[in-house]
Amino acid sequence: METVEINLEEQFQARIDADISIEPKDWMPDAYRKTLIRQISQHAHSELVGMLPEGNWITRAPSLKRKSILLSKVQDEAGHGLYLYSAAETLGTTRDQMLADLHSGKAKYSSIFNYPTLSWADMGTVGWLVDGAAILNQVPLCRTSYGPYARAMVRVCKEESFHQRQGFEIMQTLCEGTPVQKEMAQEALNRWWWPTLMMFGPKDADSPNTAQSMNWRIKRFTNDELRQKFVDMMVPQAEFLGLTVPDPALKWNETKQGYDFGDVNWEEFWNVVKGNGMCNKDRLGARVKAHEEGAWVREAALAHAKKRAERAEAA
Amino acid sequence: MTQSEWPLWEVFIRSKQGLDHKHVGSLHAADATMAIQNARDVYTRRLEGISIWVVESKHVHASNPDDAEAFFDPANDKVYRHPTFYDVPASIKHM
Ligand SMILES: [Fe+2]
Ligand SMILES: [Fe+2]
Repeated sequence: METVEINLEEQFQARIDADISIEPKDWMPDAYRKTLIRQISQHAHSELVGMLPEGNWITRAPSLKRKSILLSKVQDEAGHGLYLYSAAETLGTTRDQMLADLHSGKAKYSSIFNYPTLSWADMGTVGWLVDGAAILNQVPLCRTSYGPYARAMVRVCKEESFHQRQGFEIMQTLCEGTPVQKEMAQEALNRWWWPTLMMFGPKDADSPNTAQSMNWRIKRFTNDELRQKFVDMMVPQAEFLGLTVPDPALKWNETKQGYDFGDVNWEEFWNVVKGNGMCNKDRLGARVKAHEEGAWVREAALAHAKKRAERAEAA
Repeated sequence: MTQSEWPLWEVFIRSKQGLDHKHVGSLHAADATMAIQNARDVYTRRLEGISIWVVESKHVHASNPDDAEAFFDPANDKVYRHPTFYDVPASIKHM
């Protein structure tokens, strides 16, 4: 029995090493399944909760054009959540279970959404920085080993670049506007820069599961690698906008052809992850409220479908 | 809390006239009408389709991946099913 198990595991790893994707009914190690369910559902939860800080501004967008764009973006995020929940369900979990875990606080979502969106410039910063960081995380996952996850990510990535561009456009408009508008943009960047760097997760040294995840190709770059890429990508864009990245340690490093930058406040990061961020209670509260207040709709739809099916049968 | 999960549906989309419907993903819906409406919202926000099929997932029967070798291998050694198996004299045209 023991040897069979080992062979299956070896074959599984060999397939992954050969870039052959794993499909729902294929044999997979339990730990692979569990890790993926956690990772994909956590990602789905982030898309879902991620609608809240931006939804906050839909009714207060400065023009009909901006309102339509923001509405489309938020609708896309709902779609991303749905693609990902479906992918997770192919691994044997249920939508009800995943939502229950989110609502009970057992499941996590990206810590970034526990920060408040205080001004219209935050819609620019969130699209530009937060979606920008999400893209860096997500593009490599289009080649992840689990088929349904990879296919969901292809769909997500196609839609993300509009998110980032609309955010950048908001920033550009503000930065080319009045001094007060530019100040708004700078102030938003000041608040979002560090939390965005936290989105890539703990330092590699504090991320013990990275090696296994890389072997399984459910993670393709380490947290620190992605963080470095992000900084290198964003600093020139901030310079173009005429904004100052709020990091006194930020400096171009000629030898490594990348920026040196300051250390993230990890105490703040862990504090938010543990549920003590500025908006954790609000976000989860809003989710639970929407879910509970929608219960009668879900039940009524089922009852209606059942009644119609019975009538069709009787006829 | 009662188990209130809507059934799961597989979604197939024809991206343009003349092409096959292709599987794009799945979603939950109470019935077929709602499944088609939801599929429109979830999978065709950017003109990805002109026609949608939905099938309740429980009605999809699949081949077993464990049998894949035995099941598909018989086609493996029948190279004569491909036109390239045949040597056509160089002077023969239109074949
Ligand atoms: Fe998204
Ligand atoms: Fe996005």
